Amino acid sequence: YAADVKVLPSHLSGFILSVSVASGLPEYIKIVEVGPRDGLQNEKVIVPTDIKIELINQLSKTGLPAIEVTSFVSSKWVPQMADHKEVMRGIERHPGVQYPVLTPNLQGFHSAIAAGATEVSVFGAASESFSKMNINCSIEESIERFEEVTKSARNMNIPVRGYVSCALGCPYEGNIVPDKVAEVSKRLYSMGCYEISLGDTIGVGTPGSMKKMLEAVMKEIPLSALAVHCHDTYGQALANILTAVQMGVAVVDSSVAGLGGCPYAKGATGNVATEDVIYMLNGLGINTGVNLCAVMEAGNFICTALNKKTNSKVAQASFSTATIN
Amino acid sequence: EYSFTGQVRFQGEPQASGLPEYIKIVEVGPRDGLQNEKVIVPTDIKIELINQLSKTGLPAIEVTSFVSSKWVPQMADHKEVMRGIERHPGVQYPVLTPNLQGFHSAIAAGATEVSVFGAASESFSKMNINCSIEESIERFEEVTKSARNMNIPVRGYVSCALGCPYEGNIVPDKVAEVSKRLYSMGCYEISLGDTIGVGTPGSMKKMLEAVMKEIPLSALAVHCHDTYGQALANILTAVQMGVAVVDSSVAGLGGCPYAKGATGNVATEDVIYMLNGLGINTGVNLCAVMEAGNFICTALNKKTNSKVAQASFSTATIN
Repeated sequence: YAADVKVLPSHLSGFILSVSVASGLPEYIKIVEVGPRDGLQNEKVIVPTDIKIELINQLSKTGLPAIEVTSFVSSKWVPQMADHKEVMRGIERHPGVQYPVLTPNLQGFHSAIAAGATEVSVFGAASESFSKMNINCSIEESIERFEEVTKSARNMNIPVRGYVSCALGCPYEGNIVPDKVAEVSKRLYSMGCYEISLGDTIGVGTPGSMKKMLEAVMKEIPLSALAVHCHDTYGQALANILTAVQMGVAVVDSSVAGLGGCPYAKGATGNVATEDVIYMLNGLGINTGVNLCAVMEAGNFICTALNKKTNSKVAQASFSTATIN
Repeated sequence: EYSFTGQVRFQGEPQASGLPEYIKIVEVGPRDGLQNEKVIVPTDIKIELINQLSKTGLPAIEVTSFVSSKWVPQMADHKEVMRGIERHPGVQYPVLTPNLQGFHSAIAAGATEVSVFGAASESFSKMNINCSIEESIERFEEVTKSARNMNIPVRGYVSCALGCPYEGNIVPDKVAEVSKRLYSMGCYEISLGDTIGVGTPGSMKKMLEAVMKEIPLSALAVHCHDTYGQALANILTAVQMGVAVVDSSVAGLGGCPYAKGATGNVATEDVIYMLNGLGINTGVNLCAVMEAGNFICTALNKKTNSKVAQASFSTATIN
């Protein structure tokens, strides 16, 4: 696994350049980088604090407009995020970059603010079973907790992002009705979340189910407030993201090097790789403001530190010893 | 020893509007897939793989290649494989024939459909088959002429349709031009190949728009490589434009010879999963394909490149 590539081989660089804007698609898509939080949280190896900070600092220089830094949850539940205060305080804050953190409840919110957070996220689910198994309470109870957070956040002028897990399927309940996703999204939006990220938590969605779900949610939430968070567990992520983008969604979550496996299928992949998303959007002529090569370097850094292979196919192809026979 | 997660519960969406109702999957694993695997596979394993694939509902399975074993050692047993496989009714068993000699050899071994491989890039043509595009066209014309006399269908491939490892970008009109030559000489179907997987929905759309000016939609197929993870998005784009034939490889067999360690063919399982989710009929049993994929990966002692198979065969641990 080569580690010293600074530039793409010349015969590949031409493909990364966009040509012209494909008609009907957003001109700009905001990429929300979730690698340092969602990615690392689902990696087995506990990553030292300084490595986390270095990763985030490298990502800050790529043009990414938002980087999810850490999670203010109890270290008993999520040991990987035990150093949330140190990471929050240790990172460089680049102008024009948002650094949201997860806050499951009011206590976490206050802790995050004390550590210098300027944006927070809350995590709901479209499935009762998933809500109970994942955060030990019903959807309604979780909504009440989040309302406490958004109320405090509003007073302090802190933006809150809302996530809806299991938007395209649940590991316990199977199919999820699109109207349920719309209902939970609406609750989060009404309480003050500025953006709702719809998550295909176990990656079972396809362009068909993505379309149906978005149609239902778009009846309740303005398009400009929607994001998609696709997992690549069944290889469907890019096709699902393309579908969302074709419907006008202009915010996409992804994880550098595809960090973060799926806790529901051992050995399977989870998050979609930021590099692969950017490659596709570049090819569609959509602006992201992100430097693909710089993301690949950050991905290379964290994979080396984790002693693992990248889950990004773009990185895999680009870093390979190109052998042209 | 393996159990599926609930993924079967998520399929069966009603037909999405504007998309083809049926898509023909052309399974290229036993030829394109194995040809690009390092391990030489014993003849009986190849035959068993094809026999298993024949029971999945796949309508076409590319069996082998009648090229000189000096060039492609993996396909040296082409006669034995052709003669050894079960022939299921309703399933096509095309083979590659680079020239008239290969064609005759294929027919003698019992082939009933053949394929010829052109390229949209002069450099790739010269490096890959040692002749210019024009010279290759002349060779293929000899094949299609003989094939026509014997009522043997011929499929044409156009490599480097979305980019070339030597020339970089490929002009869509060039792809259309080569496609038209192949179609005019009698190929019933033209498979447009993203040989190094660099294409994206943007370039796929442009290329198809150019080709569709020259070739009827019903005669078009896409052969996408997943080297940059773009294959399913590219296939979706093609399907949205009405393309109704998709090439894929069981378990994603076949790496990319131009980027060491990188993947190549898109996995049949992942394609079918997506098409099922779109409510598009393929006639193919996904579980049966996964079993065939499991068989060949075990035989090759390698992990599958199919994410659907990877997720489905994992020990599902729900905490």
